[in-house]
Amino acid sequence: MKNKMFDRRGFIKGAGVLGAGLAFPGLVLGQGAKIKVGLMLPYTGTYAPLGVAIENGFRMALGESGGRLGGREVEFYKVDDESEPAKATDNVNRLVTRDKVDVVLGTVHSGVAAGMIRVTKESGTLHIIPNAGVGAATGPLCAPNIVRTSFSNWQSGYAMGAVLAQRKQIRNVVTLTWRYAAGEEFVKGFKDGYAKGGGTIAKELWLPFPNVEFQALLTEIAAARPDAVYSFFAGGGAAKFLRDYAQAGLKDKIPLVGPGFLTDGVLDAAGEAAQGIETCLHYADSLNTKRDNDFRAAYAKAHKMQPDVYAVQGYDSGLLLAAALKSVGGRIEDKKAVVAAMEKVTVDSPRGKWHLSKAHNPVQDIYLRRVSGKENKYVGVAVKALDDDPASIAACKMS
Amino acid sequence: MGMSRSALALALCVAALALVPLAAETFYVQFFAKIMIMAIFAMSLDLLLGYAGLVSFGHAAFYGAAGYALALTTPQYQAASFWTSLPLAVAASALLALAIGFFVVRTRGIYFIMVTLAFAQMLFFLFYDTKIAGGNDGIYIDVRPVADLAGWRPFSLDDYRHVYWLALAFLAAVYLLLRAVLRSPFGRVVSGIRVNEQRMISLGYPTFRYKLACFVISGAIAGIAGYLAAVQFGVVNPETMGWHLSAAVMMMVILGGMGTLLGPVLGAAAWMLLELGLQGLPEAGGVNLGKHWQMFMGLFIVVATLVLPHGLVGLARSLRRPAERNNG
Amino acid sequence: MDLHTFLIQLLNGVQYGLLLFLVASGLTLVFGIMGIINVAHGSFYMIGAYLAWSLTARLGSFWIAVPAAIVITAAVGVLLEWLVIRRLYGRDHLYQVLLTYGLILVFEEMRSLLWGDDVRGVPVPASLDASIPLSDTLSYPVYRLFISGVCLAVALLIVWVIQRTRLGMTIRAGAVDRQMVQSLGIDVHALYRVVFAGGITLAAFAGMVSAPVSAIAPGMGNPVLVLSFVIIVIGGMGSVKGAMLASLLIGLVDTFGKVMHLEIAGVRVLPELSSMTVYLLMAVVLLWRPEGIFGRRT
Repeated sequence: MKNKMFDRRGFIKGAGVLGAGLAFPGLVLGQGAKIKVGLMLPYTGTYAPLGVAIENGFRMALGESGGRLGGREVEFYKVDDESEPAKATDNVNRLVTRDKVDVVLGTVHSGVAAGMIRVTKESGTLHIIPNAGVGAATGPLCAPNIVRTSFSNWQSGYAMGAVLAQRKQIRNVVTLTWRYAAGEEFVKGFKDGYAKGGGTIAKELWLPFPNVEFQALLTEIAAARPDAVYSFFAGGGAAKFLRDYAQAGLKDKIPLVGPGFLTDGVLDAAGEAAQGIETCLHYADSLNTKRDNDFRAAYAKAHKMQPDVYAVQGYDSGLLLAAALKSVGGRIEDKKAVVAAMEKVTVDSPRGKWHLSKAHNPVQDIYLRRVSGKENKYVGVAVKALDDDPASIAACKMS
Repeated sequence: MGMSRSALALALCVAALALVPLAAETFYVQFFAKIMIMAIFAMSLDLLLGYAGLVSFGHAAFYGAAGYALALTTPQYQAASFWTSLPLAVAASALLALAIGFFVVRTRGIYFIMVTLAFAQMLFFLFYDTKIAGGNDGIYIDVRPVADLAGWRPFSLDDYRHVYWLALAFLAAVYLLLRAVLRSPFGRVVSGIRVNEQRMISLGYPTFRYKLACFVISGAIAGIAGYLAAVQFGVVNPETMGWHLSAAVMMMVILGGMGTLLGPVLGAAAWMLLELGLQGLPEAGGVNLGKHWQMFMGLFIVVATLVLPHGLVGLARSLRRPAERNNG
Repeated sequence: MDLHTFLIQLLNGVQYGLLLFLVASGLTLVFGIMGIINVAHGSFYMIGAYLAWSLTARLGSFWIAVPAAIVITAAVGVLLEWLVIRRLYGRDHLYQVLLTYGLILVFEEMRSLLWGDDVRGVPVPASLDASIPLSDTLSYPVYRLFISGVCLAVALLIVWVIQRTRLGMTIRAGAVDRQMVQSLGIDVHALYRVVFAGGITLAAFAGMVSAPVSAIAPGMGNPVLVLSFVIIVIGGMGSVKGAMLASLLIGLVDTFGKVMHLEIAGVRVLPELSSMTVYLLMAVVLLWRPEGIFGRRT
């Protein structure tokens, strides 16, 4: 409820418009003085809690700069993307051409994000991706007006590979994931990181998405007897996989590792089966820095629940946008200047400091975490200041 | 008399619609273009539902196939030719309809529904699970097809207004084509099969071939719609073959009135406007109605199937009928 | 694949098939007896699973939650039949598909309002929370064997009810000749209400029983629904025997499709295209017997 107040305040207060105009005389402000922010996030379906967390985080960051961006009032436009790629272009078009927003925030689902990019790349609208880790967004599909504040799938895969390569008793690994873009990118990252440290992949197993009948593949794993299993599933699939893995008696015999999404948001559903599992991600519970503790306390107070990685990504999106607009004096119409400012910002995030790479993906520390109770507990830094996949960076040609 | 009057009305409608891009905002021009594309798609399905009595629950397969055909034949960073890529895409849809139809037309009733759904799902998974065309993220058409003819470019698909006019032209053309098909002896046989297949068999008609031909024509027209949709935004993904789209287009046909050609067009417009409206629902009594818009969509579907079995066209007719009786 | 692994995979396939049977049997009964195609059947699988989760948490025991959930879903079934489904009798299948599709959207949103959009899990009941070692690395969860046992028991129960009881006789007669049954003074509407409620309760029951080994998540009913369709097409509409055979076939095809490696002309076909195998199986059956293996020729 409290959240929604920002909207209304944004609509009611006309005075701020005048204020912004006075503060920057001589500026021609494009479409009125309010900055129009379009939120295209999942508000229905499996990803709905993620969309809400991102919005909460984003609004919280804006709240910290007085609910304004570069001194200008903010007006929100929302579209439910339903995590439905088929509707992605239609939906983002509502924000871009109908509502004529200055900046779009979205989204969680990689396929939907790819559809959004198609439109924002053409229209030139500022586009902040607060989650979708699809490599292409900051690779072949990259554009000056598109930035990502979350991660690329490759990053967390690579970090886990680097960690396992250092463990001398683990010499051969089986990978298992859904056969779709995100799964393949995690596995590629893992292989890159693991091969660099001299490890070999014994077997790559795949499951059609979103199939959750794992038993046959668990039997394969038991027969192959690897030293470890690297696996990616998310949401309902992850919860079921963790339980099946434990019930098949594999958990205590063959260590299971994966990207953070294997255990994020499913600890309640997975229960005992998730305990002790190690994952890599750009955020962890109990990082125990002052910055993170303050953020968590404030978020918990405002929303009556603990923040997760999605809330942090939403929050960072707000921080990045606010910092950039502050340095250009709110002139969001000058996109070149805004983008240049974004590229210079070092975001002081609850996850730790990070900045944008040349391809507009965060250069950030990736953490190793271990599940303990209802938390993904911080274990250590897996890789410091990791950039994206070199192949992806090379494929990004900003014109 | 009635014929020429309806032809005049149709011409006037098309002319009025052609003026829209000159006045309306970009978003609405694109939105109406999408409605017309869906209208073409719905008309193609109506040929099966309303005329042949074949309830296809996997019609999106043919819509999506044309988009994929365009995406896969477009060279990277270069434009395909509109004049070759459109026939190619439509042919791909027609061929697919022929292959699937060969299996499904053997079945009827509930079976037909389930089997068409299952085949569409199979194709969905083919594109979803393999790297043939970008997997579940879909595939981009980086450069839209160009319509150059010997150095002359009659229209540009990069201009949203041209896409609108193109969709309008195809809508009118498909309408006229289907009307001709339905009035032909072929159309009469197809209707006859719907009413009483045994009778048509005993009259010596090879009903399997007629139904298959109908299935292929319908698939090809769905391909036109799929091609235009792929051109409009330049992206194709597996969901364009998904069963939610198949169900939505079915609903458009019913909502407008099946077994009429105008019905699907009205249905497509009503459906898409409804979706746009429901998503914009405000918050009321602490519940964000817009967040649960699909609930209202669902309830609407339930109520509409119960009270509007003949769609908007049927409603209009039943409203007019008593009036006519009074007059004459 | 050595013999040992092969046998375990065989077991996996059979167990998966038995679970699919539980969902598909309800669908095939409603089809066969009432002539109604219920696309929202998968939603009841989801509702069953969510009910099992929510009632287990509330009542403290899975074993109390399941009977309670059965009563609730049966009541919902009766209510739903009275409210909407009975208006579909004798109408074109098209309307049945659409109306029940609309119900999917309604149920999904009601689930969202009642239970939220999070993924849930139900712990395996303590009495069955054990594993049987099969090899030095792999062991088999007892609960999975329990599910198989339950599925077999339900299958036998269905056959017994239909073949041996008075209710079953009426049902069989009603499926063949509605008028005749009515003229004998039997209330066909009440009969249909029972069948519909029973059918969806079977789907919900499948969701409940599998809840401890499944991820309880939004939209979980959709893939199950489509597989159930395939099972019915293969097995033959209204045939419980056919549904059983087809379920087992699909369980095996799916299991081995995922783990076998097959190359045709240098192109890897399996496991790359494993999600398509069940549909290919369906296509073959359609060519061979369009009415399904145990279907009645019409």
